[in-house]
Amino acid sequence: MDNKKPFAEDTSRAPVSQRTQPVSEADKKALGATVKIVIDDVEITVPLGTTILDAAKEVNIKIPTLCHHDDLCLAGVCRMCVVEVEGERTLQAACSYPIFRPIKVKTYSPAVRRARRNIIQLSLRRHYGECYSCARNNNCELQTLAKEYGVTTYKFGHVSEPLYEKDFSSHSLERDMNKCVLCRRCVRTCIDLQEVGVLEAAYRGSETKIVTYLDKPLTDVICINCGQCINRCPTGALKAKDPSQAVWDVIEDPTKHVIIQTAPSPRAAIGEEFGLPAGTSVTKKLNTALKRVGFDKVFDTNFTADLTIMEEGTELLLRLKKVLVEKDKNVKLPQFTSCSPGWVKYIEHFYPEKLGHVSSCKSPQQMFGAIAKTWYAEKNNIDAKNIVSVSLMPCSAKKFECERPEMDDSGFKDVDYALTTRELAGMIKECGIDLPNLPDSDFDDPLGIGSGAALIFGATGGVMEAALRTAYEIVTGEEVPFKKLNITPVRGMDGIRTAEIPIKKAVKDWKFLEGATLKVMIGHGTANAKKIMDMLCEGKLDGYHFIEIMACPGGCLGGGGQPIPTSPAIREARAKAIYKEDQGLPYRKSHDNPIIKQIYKEFLTDGPCGHKSHKLLHTSYTARGKWIGKKK
Amino acid sequence: MKVKDKKTKELPKRQGLVIFSEIENGAGLKKALKIKKEQVVAEISASNLKGRGGAGFPAGLKWKFAAQEKDEQKYVVCNADEGEPGTFKDKVLLSEYAPLFLEGMVIAAYAVGAKQGFVYLRGEYRSFVPALESELKEMKKNNLLGENIGGKKGFNFDIEIRLGAGAYICGEETALIESLEGNRGEPRNRPPFPVNTGYNGHPTIVNNVETFAAVVHIAAKGADWFKVIGTEKSAGTKLLSVSGDCKKPGVYEAAYGISIKEILKMTDAKDVKAVQVGGASGVCVPKSQFDRTIAYEDLSTGGSIIIFGQKRNLLDAAENFLEFFEEESCGQCTPCREGIPVLIEAVKMLKKGECGKEYLKDILSLCETMQLASKCGLGQSCPNAFISIINNFKKDYALSKNSKQEKTFNG
Repeated sequence: MDNKKPFAEDTSRAPVSQRTQPVSEADKKALGATVKIVIDDVEITVPLGTTILDAAKEVNIKIPTLCHHDDLCLAGVCRMCVVEVEGERTLQAACSYPIFRPIKVKTYSPAVRRARRNIIQLSLRRHYGECYSCARNNNCELQTLAKEYGVTTYKFGHVSEPLYEKDFSSHSLERDMNKCVLCRRCVRTCIDLQEVGVLEAAYRGSETKIVTYLDKPLTDVICINCGQCINRCPTGALKAKDPSQAVWDVIEDPTKHVIIQTAPSPRAAIGEEFGLPAGTSVTKKLNTALKRVGFDKVFDTNFTADLTIMEEGTELLLRLKKVLVEKDKNVKLPQFTSCSPGWVKYIEHFYPEKLGHVSSCKSPQQMFGAIAKTWYAEKNNIDAKNIVSVSLMPCSAKKFECERPEMDDSGFKDVDYALTTRELAGMIKECGIDLPNLPDSDFDDPLGIGSGAALIFGATGGVMEAALRTAYEIVTGEEVPFKKLNITPVRGMDGIRTAEIPIKKAVKDWKFLEGATLKVMIGHGTANAKKIMDMLCEGKLDGYHFIEIMACPGGCLGGGGQPIPTSPAIREARAKAIYKEDQGLPYRKSHDNPIIKQIYKEFLTDGPCGHKSHKLLHTSYTARGKWIGKKK
Repeated sequence: MKVKDKKTKELPKRQGLVIFSEIENGAGLKKALKIKKEQVVAEISASNLKGRGGAGFPAGLKWKFAAQEKDEQKYVVCNADEGEPGTFKDKVLLSEYAPLFLEGMVIAAYAVGAKQGFVYLRGEYRSFVPALESELKEMKKNNLLGENIGGKKGFNFDIEIRLGAGAYICGEETALIESLEGNRGEPRNRPPFPVNTGYNGHPTIVNNVETFAAVVHIAAKGADWFKVIGTEKSAGTKLLSVSGDCKKPGVYEAAYGISIKEILKMTDAKDVKAVQVGGASGVCVPKSQFDRTIAYEDLSTGGSIIIFGQKRNLLDAAENFLEFFEEESCGQCTPCREGIPVLIEAVKMLKKGECGKEYLKDILSLCETMQLASKCGLGQSCPNAFISIINNFKKDYALSKNSKQEKTFNG
């Protein structure tokens, strides 16, 4: 067992006090690299500096936690995990107690039991709202602990009416501070994991609460809508804005043609909502479920992910040409991806002067919306105004994205409703559909074919890999020189990754690239995006051509709309499922997708990045800056 | 508003065995600089000096840990965030004995190898800043601060004064460090301790003003001189801030081992019902225990002594203390943040005679949890006064015969 470091610690500015205690070489020399401890009469040897909580996990002793999260830096504030350490006057928080000597720990004793019971009572005291009207009913850590720690009455009283107004202002998130237990996971997520810093604890003592900047509505602060806080909230204090009632309404409306596109990563995760282990891909069962729920057509976002690759790959090559051949100083390199709406809003707020680097391509969700209400409508003789375009997304930021006023190039709102994986799972359950045991079915035509390259968009590095599979082939006329097309250097869960691909020979149109080396970089989580952007600002990214950034740790598969809980292990399992599915698909490269060929032949006749593409599939950005609201 | 300078009145000379005893400016430092750093640490260790803030951690040990750390940057912090209700002895040191405790900081810096020091001054004491600043200038002029201090080549140390913003919790050393770093003043997880990972991650010693003042006398007069004062386990003297129902409130220097009876006699307090030792976070001692002594092994205190006369209802005192804590809790950990309002409510119920025996049992169990499971000393000690009042002053309240109904509250 290595000393596990949470994701946030590697990336962020987490204060010293919230980091795992560093183990120096001098410590190791003086105390040994490992230390033998006893937990509840079980002996275990752990690396120096391991926390009691991690050590207990190794020997399958469960210690209850509320504020601790595997992704986040330490807190030690809820105190649920207190244990007895022999020789210590007080109980110690297992989550934040680093082991530096041979200790004897009791994770269970009368004093510990009383403490946990009292703490859970105290946590419930101001927790307002009934479980059965809560989005987190049956998946709430507070509820679980209440049951485990013998709550039958509210021993220390219970709040009789809400203390705080709910904040519904955001298109993506809802905050109900009446359910907040002040574990500060959201704060650590926002500040340390994502380095956005919208949430912080304010006031003191019993008046402490989690606030936005100046306690403004969420829509008036620089929230990027990534929803990572939702995924880590132990209660229902944070949730995504749920449009499922509106979706039911249009499904019930016979005049509406309701279509749904499903993004790649929910398929590898939605099973978790139905009790399947993380990393179970249920693509074809999901298709069946969606048809049973009542969607008129079930389409694949992978189709427009392929389209994105055609457009974005072409855009990259055109940028290269403009910079390298035409010496156009106004064209920026490296080009950044634009699929992740959390990332897009992040750069709009934090680095608005660098928006020229962002690809003008819409995200696959929005490209789909634009194509559905134009090409698809025309082809099938459906009045676009009667099409309701719904998306299944792993993401809370997609809700904001489809509400962007500029996203109406089809003449209508391109995407009407973005559902998260969790919300759609709820709709499926409401129909009594037993997803894991459904028969398989395929996507509908024509927007139902996607390549494996599109599928891996769901994992960090996936867009890059897909783009390389296509761009390399356009330039060289040959497949990327990786076994089975698997470009492994861009895969993995390291926060920032780089790769270099030499272009030994090039076809006629791209001769100027012959002998060049394509340099790419991948970052996930906006804390890593910040690092990359700072490098860009310092001129350290000269020579890089293409950079993929996903706002969420792990990429879309770790999105803010995905099943709760999340952890590094869960995200790795989802990634594995996605890469495995890619291997088995008939088309592995976006440009091989027959519908892609068809759409450029029939509809986008002036080709990738052509006039029509630009109208429908490309967008522009808003330099938002950090100050929202009235300017002086 | 501009505060007018008052003409300083000639104060009667303070008297005491250690802190208020005679000493020449710079005498402690001069002697310390003649010996090796390790010897200074050893001398402080040998003196058995313990932290005067109240927790009583051996100063020498703290210094030893910091001195052992191999880090170019180390810090010495003087905790002048005197905020415990009923404590005002640091105020005396800050206003009348500034050269003394500042010299103590320089000695500490020499001993642990620090280059930078901070005086973390309670926001309410901002009026002392100009005098402290000019004292620092004076010290620099006299080569007691700055570069090559006392002619010791390479011994450079500077002191900066930083103001708190009025939070009691910033007197807790790790919250103080957070505040110094510019963060919200909240206690950190311990371990790691500041001596290993303190200000900006560097080894940091935080000592009380009084501790630094004592250090100078020890350095000048020797550990053996110091050790014989006080008791075996509590060497030296303690500055006591005595207030409440007595005729002569004020700051007294008393050798450890002084009994409450003696304190009452010293301050001319008659007809006393109880004495609160250690401020809001301390314990309330009933008359039957007035033979108890001020010492780490008996009644440990940062110096606050509040005397309650016979007419006082101690539940009022408990409520007052708890209301203070409700406001001053940092709000970080559950037992402290949520527990204190429950205790306040319980005091109110007790006062109205609405609290039953069973509920009181629940409340005392909650107190145990707060003492054992809170993250820092504030949470751990805030039920102390309540518990001692409940246990020692049963006449001040009556228990209800009705068992407690489950209740709801609003706000």
